[in-house]
Amino acid sequence: MDEPVSYYRNSAFIFWILKIKNVGFKEFCFKKSLWLFHFGGASCNNCDIEILDCLTPRYDLERFGMLLIGSIRHADVLLVNGSINQRDKSRLLELYEQAPKPIVVVAIGACGCTGGIFAEGDTFAGPVDKLIPVDAYIPGCPPKPEAILAGIVKLLNK
Amino acid sequence: MAEQLFYFLIFPGLLFAAVVGAFLSFYDRKITAWVQFRKGPPLFQPFYDFFKLLLVKETILPKHGSKGVFFVAPIFAVFGASISGVFILLPLLGIETGFNGDIIVIFYLLTIPSLTYIIGALASGNALAAVGGSREMKLILSYELTFILVLAAIIQKAGMTISFGEIISQQGLNGAFAGSISGIILFIVMIFCIQAKLALVPFDMPEAETEIAGGIMIEYSGTPYAMIKLAKYIMFFILPAFLIGLLWGGLNFQGINILWSVLKILFVVLLLTLIRNTNPRVKIKQAVRYFLVWMNLLAIIAIVLSYFGY
Repeated sequence: MDEPVSYYRNSAFIFWILKIKNVGFKEFCFKKSLWLFHFGGASCNNCDIEILDCLTPRYDLERFGMLLIGSIRHADVLLVNGSINQRDKSRLLELYEQAPKPIVVVAIGACGCTGGIFAEGDTFAGPVDKLIPVDAYIPGCPPKPEAILAGIVKLLNK
Repeated sequence: MAEQLFYFLIFPGLLFAAVVGAFLSFYDRKITAWVQFRKGPPLFQPFYDFFKLLLVKETILPKHGSKGVFFVAPIFAVFGASISGVFILLPLLGIETGFNGDIIVIFYLLTIPSLTYIIGALASGNALAAVGGSREMKLILSYELTFILVLAAIIQKAGMTISFGEIISQQGLNGAFAGSISGIILFIVMIFCIQAKLALVPFDMPEAETEIAGGIMIEYSGTPYAMIKLAKYIMFFILPAFLIGLLWGGLNFQGINILWSVLKILFVVLLLTLIRNTNPRVKIKQAVRYFLVWMNLLAIIAIVLSYFGY
């Protein structure tokens, strides 16, 4: 029960090394260089601003090797935020089809995860995970940049 | 034959230039991060990017385009970059002296990567890629004339020799060309030419990410995009090396001179990075006017000055 802290840290470190060795070269490279593509649905722009905050000097996602890129053909991570309405649905599906295939989808914000206050609306086409498979959810309205970083670190350790 | 293959594939060619270029690309990104008060990527980031694109990602070929040309164009880009790397680095590292007239061959070979980007972009059938391709064409038309004027001025300064090895050895005897007034002007002009050749920020309108979403690179994914990255890494090393060979006395790898040679390359790349970080993207019209009027004028002034011995 009462294990000393240093022992715990030590075993965690060994676990980490084993994990690195089990992961394999390909997956290691993939996790070290995730390029982000940002898709905003019918968003109120708060989540967009918080995503851009992650790239600023204070949080700096580039130290994990992440870059915000302009074309879906280069993307490894599809960030989806905002509620998805009927018009966005076809665009999101098309983007998902066009992406080169090991692609990670992250739903950001209350609207992306569940629909938020738009969940009962007429034009609402369902939360993101009804349309495409989602690998990580980052709830919040809007989620803080710290929360987005925590979600991404969880994704990297998955 | 085996020796030529070794030159092309391993030592001054593909492998060596790509590894050094990848580290220079890391240096460029780290300096960019420091300029913006960020921490920046880890040391092996360019390698992670390259191997991720090469091994992990799916390759998508365009449905309504010319698939073969689209796939082969980046391979030709790597070929052009590494063969010009061999011709530049062999005299520069002092392995062989090169042949008479190789500076003209290098000038032609250095345009191959840009040309293959245009061909690949137009083969993809994407409208934004076509916009990027036409911008790259205009950019080539504007900076190539300036580039050849710079080469003409250097040939004149070197006493009408067209051998790269001889230009370097002359600077070893009489001091670097960048020590004179015309040399400094040529150095400035050549830095901007390299900036345009590498499509770095003041002249990055062919692949403007915020405007045409990647431009000439927009349809590339997986292995072909990894090849484009490789060609870019190689060009990022050999163009500053070419500049140093032409104007700054070349590289020397004996004793303490190694440090001085490395510092020279790092300094030139630092200049490119700082220009990239402190300037906005210009319009294609402004870039064409910038090269056709102002840079050509500076190059011609340098030719006249060097004719009178300054």
